[in-house]
Amino acid sequence: MPSTHTDWINSPLAVVEEMFAASQNSPNSGWEAKVVEFFKEQLKEKDAHISVPSLNDVPLHYLKPNSLVKFRCLIQDMFDPEFYMGVYETVDASTKANVLRCGKYKDVTECGVDLNSSNTVTAERQTFYCVPVPGENPCYASSSQARVVPSTSYVPSRQKRSYEDDDDDMDTQPQKQREPQSGPHSLIEQQGNSDCKRQETEAPSTQTASASHIDLNFPLPGEKGPSCLVKVYEDWESFKLNDTLEVYGILSVSPALSALADEKDASSSVLDPTESMETAEEQRVHSPPASLVPRLHMLYAKPLQHNNPLLPSFSLTDNSAFLSSTLSEMATIRAELLTYFTHVLLGDSLAAEYLILHLISSVYTRRDILPLGKFTLNLSGCPTVASYTERLYQIIQQLVPSSYYLGMSLQNMNQMRLVPKKDYVANRLVSGALQLARNTSLFLDETKLEQGQLDTTGVRNVTALGNLISWQKVDYDFNYHQMEFPCNINVLVVSEGRSLLPSDSQVHVQSHVAPPHMEEYLSSIHMHSPTSSQLNKLRIYLCVARLLDYSISDEVTKSVEDDFVDMRKDDPQSISAEDLHKMLVVARLLSLSLGQTSLSRDTWLKAKHIEAQRRSRMEQHKCVNGNEP
Amino acid sequence: MSSPTSTPGGRKRGRNTNPSTPSSEGPISPPSQKRRGQDSSTGDLMQMPTSPATDVLSPSAPQDTSLFSSPRPSVPPNEVDMSSPLMYGTPSSRVEGTPRSGVRGTPARQRPDLGSVRKAPQVDLQSEPPSAEGAAASEANAGQRLVIWGTDVNVGTCKEKFQRFLQRFIDPSSTEDENAGLDLNEPLYMQKLEEISVVGDPVLNVSCLHVQAFDAELYRQLISYPQEVIPTFDMAVNELFFERFPDSILEFQIQVRPYNALKTRNMRSLNPEDIDQLITISGMVIRTSQLIPEMQEAFFQCQVCAYSTRVEVDRGRIAEPAVCRHCNTTHSLALIHNRSLFSDKQMIKIQESPEDMPAGQTPHTTIVYGHNDLVDKVQPGDRINITGIYRAVPMRANPRQSNVKSVYKTHIDAIHFRKTDEKRLHGLDEETEQKLFTEDRVQTLKELAAKPDVYERLSSALAPSIYEHEDIKKGILLQLFGGTRKDFSQTGRGHFRAEVNILLCGDPGTSKSQLLQYVFNLVPRGQYTSGKGSSAVGLTAYVMKDPETRQLVLQTGALVLSDNGICCIDEFDKMSDSTRSVLHEVMEQQTLSIAKAGIICQLNARTAVLAAANPVESQWNPKKTTIENIQLPHTLLSRFDLIFLMLDPQDEAYDRRLAHHLVSLYYQSEEQMEEEFLDMAVLRDYIAYARTYINPRLSEEASQALIEAYVDMRKIGSGRGMVSAYPRQLESLIRLAEAHAKVRFSEKVETIDVEEAKRLHREALKQSATDPRTGFVDISILTTGMSATARKRKEDVAQALKKLIQAKGKTPAMKYQQLLDDLRGQSETAITKELFDEALRALADEDYLTVTGKTVRLLA
Repeated sequence: MPSTHTDWINSPLAVVEEMFAASQNSPNSGWEAKVVEFFKEQLKEKDAHISVPSLNDVPLHYLKPNSLVKFRCLIQDMFDPEFYMGVYETVDASTKANVLRCGKYKDVTECGVDLNSSNTVTAERQTFYCVPVPGENPCYASSSQARVVPSTSYVPSRQKRSYEDDDDDMDTQPQKQREPQSGPHSLIEQQGNSDCKRQETEAPSTQTASASHIDLNFPLPGEKGPSCLVKVYEDWESFKLNDTLEVYGILSVSPALSALADEKDASSSVLDPTESMETAEEQRVHSPPASLVPRLHMLYAKPLQHNNPLLPSFSLTDNSAFLSSTLSEMATIRAELLTYFTHVLLGDSLAAEYLILHLISSVYTRRDILPLGKFTLNLSGCPTVASYTERLYQIIQQLVPSSYYLGMSLQNMNQMRLVPKKDYVANRLVSGALQLARNTSLFLDETKLEQGQLDTTGVRNVTALGNLISWQKVDYDFNYHQMEFPCNINVLVVSEGRSLLPSDSQVHVQSHVAPPHMEEYLSSIHMHSPTSSQLNKLRIYLCVARLLDYSISDEVTKSVEDDFVDMRKDDPQSISAEDLHKMLVVARLLSLSLGQTSLSRDTWLKAKHIEAQRRSRMEQHKCVNGNEP
Repeated sequence: MSSPTSTPGGRKRGRNTNPSTPSSEGPISPPSQKRRGQDSSTGDLMQMPTSPATDVLSPSAPQDTSLFSSPRPSVPPNEVDMSSPLMYGTPSSRVEGTPRSGVRGTPARQRPDLGSVRKAPQVDLQSEPPSAEGAAASEANAGQRLVIWGTDVNVGTCKEKFQRFLQRFIDPSSTEDENAGLDLNEPLYMQKLEEISVVGDPVLNVSCLHVQAFDAELYRQLISYPQEVIPTFDMAVNELFFERFPDSILEFQIQVRPYNALKTRNMRSLNPEDIDQLITISGMVIRTSQLIPEMQEAFFQCQVCAYSTRVEVDRGRIAEPAVCRHCNTTHSLALIHNRSLFSDKQMIKIQESPEDMPAGQTPHTTIVYGHNDLVDKVQPGDRINITGIYRAVPMRANPRQSNVKSVYKTHIDAIHFRKTDEKRLHGLDEETEQKLFTEDRVQTLKELAAKPDVYERLSSALAPSIYEHEDIKKGILLQLFGGTRKDFSQTGRGHFRAEVNILLCGDPGTSKSQLLQYVFNLVPRGQYTSGKGSSAVGLTAYVMKDPETRQLVLQTGALVLSDNGICCIDEFDKMSDSTRSVLHEVMEQQTLSIAKAGIICQLNARTAVLAAANPVESQWNPKKTTIENIQLPHTLLSRFDLIFLMLDPQDEAYDRRLAHHLVSLYYQSEEQMEEEFLDMAVLRDYIAYARTYINPRLSEEASQALIEAYVDMRKIGSGRGMVSAYPRQLESLIRLAEAHAKVRFSEKVETIDVEEAKRLHREALKQSATDPRTGFVDISILTTGMSATARKRKEDVAQALKKLIQAKGKTPAMKYQQLLDDLRGQSETAITKELFDEALRALADEDYLTVTGKTVRLLA
C-alpha cells in the first residue's frame, strides 16, 4: 500500500484519490477493492472503530465534512439506483491540460468537467434512506455515546467539551470499570425515559413542526436524530429493507447539493419541461438539504445482529472468552431477573418466567412461511390502576435495546399509521410504526382499549397486528398491490381479559397483592429497581441468550417423542400438534435462558411443567370467565 | 453547444449537434464544420446559457475514425453534418434511393422516441483520412463501405436485409395475438403491410424475436444502435410499402415499432451498459403525467422582412438563427408560437412488477416518456411491457456554479407498449402470461418431469412444514396444475371449467390455514381472504368513484383478481349466506355477473377455489355427515371436486412420526432443510411451465378408463337403489386426470392419470361422503345433503308413527310428549326428538295431521 495514510479518519477522500492516482499508471489494478480493503483493515485495528465519530451521537454541525463517520441505522427506504460519473475528465482553465478525476464517494464534481470526454466512465450506485434505529432506548444510546467520545480525530472541541461534560471522566475507561460509577447516570436516564415516553404517546406533532417542512419519515412518532442518505457502491443487493447496519462512510454535506436543488426550483423548471418530471415533493424527498439529511458515501457496512452496545460488536463465536464467562454467570443472572420480574408482576413467578422467555425469543428461521422461534406473550389480568402497564413498559424499556409502547386506544388504532405505505407522488415509502428493526420489543397495551367503533383504518391496523403476531410479517401497502416484508418483532400484549389479538401463549397474571394495597405496591415498584451495574448485566444477559445456538440431541428427541405419544395415549384431546409446537418453543427458550445450548431432559420436563401450569391456570380462568377461547 | 445534454461519454456515439436545413444535403458536407462555428458563436440566443467551449473543443473527424474498430467505441462527437431533418436516412440513401412519389408525397412524422434529431451521418471509410487504424481498414475491406458514425451499421445493407425480412419472414408456429387473423404460412409482415394499407394506421409492430430468428446480425445491430437502425427500417418499410401500394394514402409515413427485445427483462438489471440500447422491460404503471407539448420545430419570422424560417429542436434546445438570411439583419427573428410544431409527450412512471422483486427490497421505479400516439395509451395500474431506448442525461450544469452534480438522470424513450394484462380484461382466451424460462431452467424442469416419482416429489415439496396429509397435498398439487381448458362455445355450452376446487374441512388446529397460506404464497396470482372478514362485495367487485377523474370505476374483488390463479378462502363456513351465493356462479360458470350503479357486466373469474371450513361444533363429529358437520348448502358442496377431511388421526405411530417431524423443525439448520426438499422457486416454475405449455388431451384408452370408472361408480349405487355418481363427478375425474398428466409434462392423458384421479377422488369421497350410519360411500350426501339411508330411515319413522296413530283409533288429538314416548317404546331403534319432529312434519305435509303447540290433531 502506498505511502502513509495518516489521517484516514479526517480526510478519507485523500486516501481514495491517492489510490486512484496510483492506479492510473497500472490499469486493472482493482483500486476500488483496495480502497475498501484499506478501510476495513484500518477499522479492524484495536479500538479504531471507536475513534470514528458517530453520527448518532454527535450533532451534524460538529462533524467535519468529508471525514469518515459511522452511523448506526435502519434502512427505511431504498431509492432508485443512480448513474454517476465514476471517472471524468476536467480541463484546467489555465493550462488546458486534461486531468482524469475520480467521482466515486462524491456528490459533486470539480470544476470544468469535460462532458464529452471519451474517458468518462459511467458507474452505478444505490441510495438508501436510513434512519436511526427506531425505538432505541435512551439508556443504550447514552452508553454508546460514552464509547465514542474518546475521538482523537475531530477537532472543534470548544463546544464539544461542554456537550459531554457530565460523563467526562468516563471517556477513556473501559466498559467494566465504568459501570459502578454510573449510578447517578441511570437516574437521569429514568427521567429521560419517562419524558421520552410521554412524547411518544402524546404529541407526535412537535417534532414535525421543528423540522420545518421536511418530514424525515421516522417509523415512530416523536423520534429524533439525523436521517441520512447512504450511497452504496457495491453489493447493494445484499442489503434488505429494515436491516440494521453500522455504516462507515464519508460524510458529504456540500452546500452545493441543496443549492442545486434551489436553483432548479427557482428558474430552470419553468423553462424546461423535461426537468419538471419530478414533482416538488419528490424533489424535497430525494434531495433534501444536506444540512438536514447528510449524504454518507459508504465505504464499509457492518450488519448488526443486535444493537446492544454493551456487547462486543463482533459475533459471539469469535469471542469465546466473553461467551464462556457470560454463560457461566447466566443461571445466577437469570435467578436475579426472575426475582425482579416476580416482584414487578405482583408476585406471580410463572408470569415472570414467561416474560423472560418472551424477552429472549427471536425468529431464528422460517420454514416456508412458518416463522420458527417467535413467542408472543399475552399477559392478561393486568390491573388497570395506577398506570400499571406504563410502569411495566418502563421496566422492560430499561432492559431491551429498543422498544415501542403502543397504547391500543381507539383513537390510536383509528388514526395511527402502522403499516408503511408507498407514496407515489413523492416516490417514497412513508413509514409506519410497524417498520421496526429486528428484535424490537413492541408493547401493546390493550387495557387502553375502550368501547367504540373501529373504522376502516382501525380494522386494517388490527389485522396488521394480527398478521404480525401470527406470521411475523407486515404487508406494506404499495397501493396497487401489497408486498410482504418478513420481520422479527417481539410482541407483548397486556390486557385485562384475553386479548383480541392472537398470541403464542397467554398467561393470566395472578396477583399476590390484595387489591386494597395495590396502589401502594405499585408505586413502590420503582424503589426496588436494580442498580445500574445490575441493569447492565441483565441487558447483556438478555442479548446473549437470544444469540446463542441451540440443538437437540437424538436421545432427547426420542424422549420428547415418547412423551408426546404417551400423552396422546392417555387423552388424545389433551395435546395437539399445535401444543407440541408451543412446548418445543418453550423448551428451546427455557434452555437458552439457562445458558444451555442443547436441550436436556430436565429442561424438557421443566418446560412441560410450566406449560401444564399455564394451561391449568387458563382452564381455571376460562371457567370463571365463561369466555369462549 | 451549451448544455451537457449528451449521453455519458463512455458509450456515446457521434452525433450531429447542429440543426440543419434541407439545403445542407450532401454526403459528409465539408461546410458544416464552418457553419458550426458560426452557429455556436452566434446562436444559442434563445436559451441555455452554457459553455460553448465544450463542443468547440471536441476533437474533429480524424480522431473519430480510429474508433470504428469496435462496435461500441466511445466516439467523440463529430461535427459532420448533413441531411434533412424531415427525411430519414442519409444523403446517400436519398440520392440513390427511390424517388417514388408515394414516399415523397407522404409526410414523414418525427420520431421523438428516437431522440429528436439524431441523423447520424454516414462515413465512407475508404475516403477517410488515413489515420484509420488497422481494424477499421479491415472492416472496410470486408465490403462495408458506408457505416453510420460510431456504429457498424451500413445503411444499404441494413435496409436490404430488413426488406428481405419483411418479404420473407414466415412464422408458422406463431401464437401471438398480434397475428390473429393472419395466414401463418404467408410472409407475416407483408400481410401486416396490407392491413396498414387498408386500415391506414401507419404503425408496423415488429417482433425482435422474429428479427433475431431471421438474421442474428441485424438483430444485434437493432439492439445496439436503435436510433440509427430504426430510421433505416422506417425507410425500408416505406419504400416497400409504396412500391406495393402506390395509391394508398397515409397520414404520415409508416413507423416501425420493434418490441420484445430480449436485452433486459427486469428493471433491476438495468445498468450503465444498457444506455442507448433497445431494451424491453416489464412493469406496472404507477403514475402518468399531464400531456406535455414539446416543440419539435420552431417557426421564426424576421421582424424586418417577414422572411420565415423553421428550426428543428435539437435535444430540447432551439438554436435561434441570429441573422436573417434574407435581409441580413441580425437578431431580427422572432418565434411565432402558433406556427411552430409541437408533439405530444407524456411522462410515465413505471414500477417493477411485484413478481420480479427479490424479497426484502423495495421496488424500483423508472421514468418513461411516451410520445405522440403513445400518449395516454396506458393508465396507472396497468401491467405493461415497454420496449424503448434507455437514456441517461447528466444533471444540468449551472452557469453560476463551476461544479455539477455527478449524477445522471435516466429515463426510457418508449417505442412500444404492450399491456400484459389486456387479455385478462377482455378475456379472449388462453393465458398470455409470457413467463420466459431460460434454457437451463427448462432443462432442469424437464429432467425433473422425467423422473418416475415426480408426482410424489412435488407433493412432498408442497408445504413441507405441514406433516403428512399426503393425499390432501396431492389434491392441492393437482389443483395448482389445473385441467385443460376446453371451449365448447360453438355448441353453446361455453367454457368448461378447468379449475379444480377443493374444500378442506376438519378439526381446528390441523394446519388448514397454514396450507392455505402456503398456496397463497406459492402461486403468482393468489388471493387470500377470510370468510369472516369478507363480504360479497369484497369477493366480487364494487363500483366506486375515482377521486381524480370523478368517473365510476369498477374495483375488482378477490375472486376476479385471482383469475387464472387460486383464491384461498379461510373460514368458509363463517361466510354469510349472501356472500356464499356469489360463489355458485364462480365455481361452475367461472364468471361473475355484476349489475351495479349502471354498470352491468360479466367478468371472468376463472379461479380455482381452495377453501377451508371448520365443523360447526368446533370438533368434528364422526357420527354425522359432512353436511351436518359443516352446515354448508349441498349446492355449494357439490361444486367442489375434492372434499378432504383433515382430522387428527389419533394413532400412536402417527403421533410418533409427527413428534419427530416437529422436533426436527426446531433444531435443523437451514441448509439441511434445503437439501431435503425441492426449492419453492423450482416448484413455482414447474407449475408455471406446465400451465403455460402443456395442454394434455384424453387418449383413447384414457377415455375408455374414464367411462369405465364412471359406470362403476354408478353401479355401486344402483345396487342399493341410490345414485352414487353424477356427471359432475365425471367432469371432476377428467380434470384431475388432465392435471396429473400435466404434472408428468405429458401431452396425452393416459390410463395411469385416470387411475390416480380415480384413487384420489375415491379417497376424498371416502373421507367426506361416507355415510356414518352404514359406512358406505354415498355421493348423495354431497349432492342432496342427505344420505340415502338417512332418507330411508326418516320415511320408516314416519310410517311407524302413522301406524301408531292409526292403531290408537279415533282420537282426534294427542299429547306431543305422550306420542313421542309411545313411539320410543315401540321402536327398536333410538328415536331422537329431531327424528320425531321430522316424522311429524312429514305427516303434516301429507295433510294427515297438524301440530299446534303441544298437541297433535288428526285431520282426516
